[in-house]
Amino acid sequence: MTLTEFFGLYNYWIVVFLMMTGFYIVIARRNMIKTVIGLNIFQVSVVLLYVTMGKVTGGTAPIIPPGIAGHSDGEHASSHGSHDAHEVVDHAHQHAADAAEIIYSNPLPSVLMLTAIVVGIATTALALALIVRISEDYGTIEEDEILLMDRRQ
Amino acid sequence: MIEYLHFHLPVLPIVIPLMIAPLCVLLGSRHVANVLSLFACWVTFGLSLLLVSRVCELGEISYFLGGWKPPYGIEYAIDPLNSFLMAMIAGMGAIVLTYSGPSLRDEVPKSKHYLFYSLYLLCMTGLMGMCATGDLFNVFVFLEISSLSTYALISLGKTRRAPLAAFQYLIMGTIGATFLLIGIGLLYQMTGTLNMADIGVQLERYRVAAVIVDGIEGPPHWEGSRTMLVAFAFLTVGLCIKMAVFPLHTWLPNSYTYAPSVVTCFVAATATKVSVYAFIRVVFGIFTPEFAFELLPLDTALWSFSLVGIFVASIAAIYQTNIKRRLAYSSIAQVGYMLLGISMANQDGLTAGIVHMFNHGLIKGALFMVVGCFVLRLGSVQMDDWRGAGKTMPWTSLAWAIGGLGLIGVPVTCGFISKWLLLTAAMEDELYLVAALMLISSLLAVIYVWQVVEVLYFSPPSEKAKKATEAPLIMLVTTYVVVAATLVFGVWTTWSAGLAGDAARFLLQGGAP
Repeated sequence: MTLTEFFGLYNYWIVVFLMMTGFYIVIARRNMIKTVIGLNIFQVSVVLLYVTMGKVTGGTAPIIPPGIAGHSDGEHASSHGSHDAHEVVDHAHQHAADAAEIIYSNPLPSVLMLTAIVVGIATTALALALIVRISEDYGTIEEDEILLMDRRQ
Repeated sequence: MIEYLHFHLPVLPIVIPLMIAPLCVLLGSRHVANVLSLFACWVTFGLSLLLVSRVCELGEISYFLGGWKPPYGIEYAIDPLNSFLMAMIAGMGAIVLTYSGPSLRDEVPKSKHYLFYSLYLLCMTGLMGMCATGDLFNVFVFLEISSLSTYALISLGKTRRAPLAAFQYLIMGTIGATFLLIGIGLLYQMTGTLNMADIGVQLERYRVAAVIVDGIEGPPHWEGSRTMLVAFAFLTVGLCIKMAVFPLHTWLPNSYTYAPSVVTCFVAATATKVSVYAFIRVVFGIFTPEFAFELLPLDTALWSFSLVGIFVASIAAIYQTNIKRRLAYSSIAQVGYMLLGISMANQDGLTAGIVHMFNHGLIKGALFMVVGCFVLRLGSVQMDDWRGAGKTMPWTSLAWAIGGLGLIGVPVTCGFISKWLLLTAAMEDELYLVAALMLISSLLAVIYVWQVVEVLYFSPPSEKAKKATEAPLIMLVTTYVVVAATLVFGVWTTWSAGLAGDAARFLLQGGAP
């Protein structure tokens, strides 16, 4: 692997770094808030992973430019085999050629991540709510102290 | 109307609880919420039974959500395996909710009841959705719906340890779900699709082939990429956390112990089984058994972890004085039996694994329902307080004894059917050591069940047991319905082992979802 290749994959290195950092925080920290922060970092790394895989080199945002939008109707008609649509078909071919030159990024991974982000927020909110209740009941959010208190009972 | 119902049948058992859940919150009255959620659960159960009969009649049913065709749209693929499991989940959901009334009033503040009903329905939606869907990302979403509602449900427990248990489960569960998400992402990167059947088709270029040199079969040959291996690892480990397989089980005992009794009944009967189902789908539907069991040693890993898990958890169960915790450890052991069956990957083994999901759901549901009755009347889950309760609460105690026999696997109970199939499968594969260890482990179950029976019937009554009265009728009747089911399915197996056999055959024929 050459140096350019190594740095060319920088997104993935960031993903791996964030993923391991987050995971380590979750495992190693005994303070509950810190655990939740670790969990968030862990989840964010996955978001980055998905968004990275959706990017196509040289690709633009997946929105059909105004000039081409009209033709998609013509294309539609031709695919259904209309007889009186010869002219439209010619147009459509030309425009289809134009359209083919545009490269779009894959929007699906980003859309999936919208869902994952919502799930992440719900998880964080619930975790924080639980921490509030734990803190009210125990007076601390250090897991070691809580375990000690429970054992003493 | 009937046609319309039939057409939308695959999606209705998920949509109905999903729609009624927010309605319970909006109306905000616990009586209305109770009636609505009962209605939703029983209707869902009825519809899933209808779905089973349709699948038996017509074979696989495929439903396109919003009319978008797969692989672009989301597909709900109903087949013998998941329709069977959906009926079990909805059935347990409906019966536990019917049972819940008195126990809930005792353990959860009245002001929170409408929220409980809403969460319960959401949890059911998530579990049913995980079964029904044929889309891998959808599995993740439904998994999170069911998990998040389960965390909240557990935190409703009476003691201050309940939110702590919920928090610990949340951390473990979210790690598991995120692992699943990473695995799904890597698979999407390789195949460009999220539809499980389509992923299976796309991965066909990487099928494992046996190399035959001079008539001798060499090591399996495979030309896949590392991405596929990593995806497989992430998916397996993520699901193993949710299944509570032995070394990853730490979240389970506390969650089951400190959750309200009703919640434990429902979650213990259904949640881990749905994860086992998702695991079966991933291994058999997407990656194929050749990849998992021949190229990679998943079978060896599974049966060694299962056996160690069965022994460690059963022995741990024997030493628990808290009865809920005792049953929780037993649940970890029982998941081991399911995985043992799956790891054999033959007709009998897989049938045993699937039927044990069903049977154990019934048995564990029944036992936790019995615990709920005792908790209501004795106010304790400690074995010391249960002493001599057999005299004052004879019917509840009898239910424990019958359910316990099922857990051990005595003939005429449904636990026997799954153990028998598992034993046959082990013999067929000439895994004599596994078979022997399995029989020995059943003896451990005898100990941890019988200790409680002994305490109930043959000990001088404790102070609490003397004052106790028989559990409310509604709780007793529903408990006995489930207990009776464990006996019925131990004798009449057309609908349990029969359907599970169909499902196993379907999976082994390379049944993509």
